[in-house]
Amino acid sequence: MFGLHYRLERKAIGLVIGIIVVASIGGIVEIAPLFTIRQTVEEAQDMRVYTPLELAGRDIYVREGCYACHSQMIRTLRDEVERYGPYSLAVESKYDHPMLWGSKRTGPDLARLGGKYSDEWHVAHLINPRDVVRQSIMPAYAWLMRTPLRTDDLGLHLKAMRRLGVPYTDDMIANATKDAEAQAAPDSPAAGDLVKRYGEATQVRAFDGQPAQLTEMDALVAYLQILGRLTDAAHKPVAGSGG
Amino acid sequence: MAVEERDKHSGYMTTGHVWNGIKELNTPVPRPVWLFLIGTALFSFVYWLLMPAWPVGVTYTKGLLGIDQRTTVAENLKAAALARSEWTQRIESGSFKEIQADPHLMTAVRQTGHRLFVDNCAVCHGTDAKGGKGYPNLTTTSWLWGGEPEQIAETIRVGINSAHPDTRVSQMPAVGRDQMMPGKDIPKVVRYVLGLSDPAAAKDMPAGEREAARTLFEANCAACHGEDAKGKIEMGAPDLTDRFWIYGGDQQSVLATIWDGRQGHMPTWEARLSPVERKILTLYLVDLRAKTP
Repeated sequence: MFGLHYRLERKAIGLVIGIIVVASIGGIVEIAPLFTIRQTVEEAQDMRVYTPLELAGRDIYVREGCYACHSQMIRTLRDEVERYGPYSLAVESKYDHPMLWGSKRTGPDLARLGGKYSDEWHVAHLINPRDVVRQSIMPAYAWLMRTPLRTDDLGLHLKAMRRLGVPYTDDMIANATKDAEAQAAPDSPAAGDLVKRYGEATQVRAFDGQPAQLTEMDALVAYLQILGRLTDAAHKPVAGSGG
Repeated sequence: MAVEERDKHSGYMTTGHVWNGIKELNTPVPRPVWLFLIGTALFSFVYWLLMPAWPVGVTYTKGLLGIDQRTTVAENLKAAALARSEWTQRIESGSFKEIQADPHLMTAVRQTGHRLFVDNCAVCHGTDAKGGKGYPNLTTTSWLWGGEPEQIAETIRVGINSAHPDTRVSQMPAVGRDQMMPGKDIPKVVRYVLGLSDPAAAKDMPAGEREAARTLFEANCAACHGEDAKGKIEMGAPDLTDRFWIYGGDQQSVLATIWDGRQGHMPTWEARLSPVERKILTLYLVDLRAKTP
């Protein structure tokens, strides 16, 4: 029974190839079907893309390492659904590159955070979490309020996302910088163009409370307020994937 | 070439490898390890048969038990709702008065209400519901939009300055910044307003100045806060004569409020919480207020 093994052991290259073949079976079985099985990513006709400002906020979220303490994935478990809302669907992170599901919850899950609290609360909470939640152990991110948002490279960000399969149009890429500024300036004429490009549901507000200035706070709050709201798919009853 | 031989001491064969005169025994794999390996292999065969397992082209083997986590969680939620339905139905159908008179139901309201409050409301209003700067204290008798259970329930449903189509809307205008009143008059109004709730604050105000401030108040503030400054719940304008302040009752805070205006924001909970959950929260708050001295 060990005959084959004895022969393999005596040939280094043969043994290495054997190890690679055996070890990759597990990976192939887990990963390959995700590309072939149709049910892996649900259909969501109403799925929207991130606006340039939300995308910039997402980059800040990654830069500050928010994902290290906050997950964005409500699991299919009763207690999670009762606390956070409908469980996450794969389609909801279809345009997330990279996805930010995470598995560590020092803070709460953020997958359904959008619209749960006010902009003012988010700003106060990011400046100093203890001001609003006394027992919080989250670090303060007060400098976001003072740091102007870099917008000149947002067109390139959108372009890179398009390479990865996010359906940004040429129009969106060309106007990325303008759109980012318009989203935090509700009364500007450009805000109308932004809504035309990204849809009626686009939230146009002075997220950080100061319409005159586009800060990193604007971008991050805009992103936090869109979490879980790119599609309503999760709120409709989903048939079991077994069906 | 390796020479395999039987070791005299242990009775096992050697592998034939020799390192510096030391020969390596070819000890067989112990029986418990074999049994364990066979056992786990058998388990996985059975598991593959019963549970969703192997990918096949565009689909996968569903397993004989037909188990699906999404169905399972839906069933768990349904079972939990059913277990609660004994009292949630009575809360749903009962009037606020009936429920408040039922100690059994109120125990459930306190437990579930506290959970709901902590998960959804506490980040702004605090775990003790006593609020903070910009977020009203919910344990007082002072309610911007009315403290009757029906009014509280409606505020929770639609929110204040929220995205809901029926939202309650209110705004304190930026009286100073937008030059609705001459800048030099504002400190007088600040003192007058402070004096409404705390007579000591306006004690040394000359009578003439106080009269002037009263005229300014009646011309600019009374439309929302009322002639008597007791606020108007239909406009969400706070009572200025009580001792409760949302943005602070010191001179600096009141000046900032009058100068830059305020517009609080409470999200709508209609899409996030079910009607019975909102009713429980309402009852929880009314109960909390009753218990607070």
